[in-house]
Amino acid sequence: MKDTYILGIETSCDETAVAIVKNGKEIISNVVASQIESHKRFGGVVPEIASRHHVEQITIVLEEAFEESGLSWDDIDAVSVTEGPGLVGALLIGVNAAKALAFAKQKPLIGVHHIAGHIYANRLEEEFQFPLLALIVSGGHTELVLMKEHGNYEVIGETRDDAAGEAYDKVARMLNLPYPGGPHIDRLAAEGEVTIDFPRAWLEEDSYDFSFSGLKSAVINRIHNANQKGETLKQEDIAASFQASVVEVLATKTLKAAKQYQVKQVIVAGGVAANKGLRAELEAKFSETDIPLLIPPLKLCTDNAAMIAAAGTINYEQGRRSAMDLNANPSLTLR
Amino acid sequence: MHTLAIDTSNQALGVAILKDKELVGEIITNIAKNHSVRLMPAIEYLMENVNLSVNQLDKIVVSKGPGSYTGVRIGLTTAKTLAWSLNIPIVGVSSLEVLAYRANFSNSFICPFFDARRGLVYTGLYESREGNIDLVEKDQNTLFADWLDKLATFNQKIIFISPDIEKNAEIIRERLGDNAIIPEMTYHTPRPCDIAIAAAGKDPEDTHTITPNYLRLAEAEANWLKQQKDN
Ligand SMILES: [Zn+2]
Repeated sequence: MKDTYILGIETSCDETAVAIVKNGKEIISNVVASQIESHKRFGGVVPEIASRHHVEQITIVLEEAFEESGLSWDDIDAVSVTEGPGLVGALLIGVNAAKALAFAKQKPLIGVHHIAGHIYANRLEEEFQFPLLALIVSGGHTELVLMKEHGNYEVIGETRDDAAGEAYDKVARMLNLPYPGGPHIDRLAAEGEVTIDFPRAWLEEDSYDFSFSGLKSAVINRIHNANQKGETLKQEDIAASFQASVVEVLATKTLKAAKQYQVKQVIVAGGVAANKGLRAELEAKFSETDIPLLIPPLKLCTDNAAMIAAAGTINYEQGRRSAMDLNANPSLTLR
Repeated sequence: MHTLAIDTSNQALGVAILKDKELVGEIITNIAKNHSVRLMPAIEYLMENVNLSVNQLDKIVVSKGPGSYTGVRIGLTTAKTLAWSLNIPIVGVSSLEVLAYRANFSNSFICPFFDARRGLVYTGLYESREGNIDLVEKDQNTLFADWLDKLATFNQKIIFISPDIEKNAEIIRERLGDNAIIPEMTYHTPRPCDIAIAAAGKDPEDTHTITPNYLRLAEAEANWLKQQKDN
């Protein structure tokens, strides 16, 4: 059978990324131009600045991805691109570049859901076994997705307020840690002890939804209280206590869902999947079961285009195409 | 030699195809609708109708702003990605210069402008001389009232061209009196074929580094720079 090569483009937030993936499983090239240095001075991603950088980077990253691959356009079967969710102005650059490429090279155009991409990042490491459960945790997402077959996504739980990564960033700001704060909290947590019993939002008994805004407020209140009383809290202990609350809820709900749906695989995806505390808690919980747990390497956890090409490959194989009126959709739902 | 011209920098969406210096086809709409959804279908439609295949394109020209940040980016991203993938040259032209062409052959000063809100405009001063459009005062983001006072000192007839002409006509007449010439409404929509004329005398730009002509820093960046200065 002929090999399939899919080009992927991802510009939903602050990374301009292009990749080429073979048969949905093998990375041929994977180029990411991060804007993180530019956004650091603002303490977070500024949408207008992100859009400006994407325009400056897009063809450079495209060219690099082709050079790295050693392939030519003749080898490419389709152009896939993140159509949402994400920052609309940022998404628009990828979407319009993808349309121009598909038109210029007369290739099929495939819009991809960003979260489908995060899930399929794992397939670049190991083949999927269905049904599978995916836990997606990032700055913008906290979701549990059940998949019964390729390209079929059922969201069984999601955050009702803040994403886990968002809570990390906000707590990091309270502790005056540099942006992005998640990795710093993870590092501090490893050095601290769980001395504060922060709340765990379990929600209703049968719900797989999440909520992190209450926890975030509890952390902020605790710090304020301590400041008022002149009491010193160790930063490491705050980080450890906060992280313990987040990862316990994530890991417990993931395990419960995995058992209920009798899945053959659990995969973790998204930027927060790089978090050591979360990895350790999940590994501990799943070691008592025989359900295999997949966590991709760091560079596939954060936003990249190989994951978009990997997910796009499934759309391509299933005959799902996008038309030239494809638009960026900042609140696209996973289907 | 086929040129594809693209303009989505403001409300109007424009696509034109020229063969050498002749206009082969042109699409203009002047409605408040999403450029991202409509640009590629418009290009596809026009190419198909003039029986041109994408490989026959030799050059891309584009309005690179000022205007709506998002609109400018949609046009420029499409243009530069087409130019890169087809390996053909790209030329970017100021959206204000393109607009000034609507009053070419007037042998007069021309002031094209776009409303930039809060009393500000993107504008510049151009002059039509023997069928050429020359730049007199460079494109800028400025208070319209101040700009008009400056134009008044020229003490000459000036043609005002802008998609936002209606809501600004009064202040123009107030400051310029009889020196202000405001044409019929249809003259205030840019034509994409004019981008090709304007681009004819310009060198191609580097496809990778061509960027929008925003004329304004992003707000966050402006604030950040101000903070640096204050500290
Ligand atoms: Zn992501």
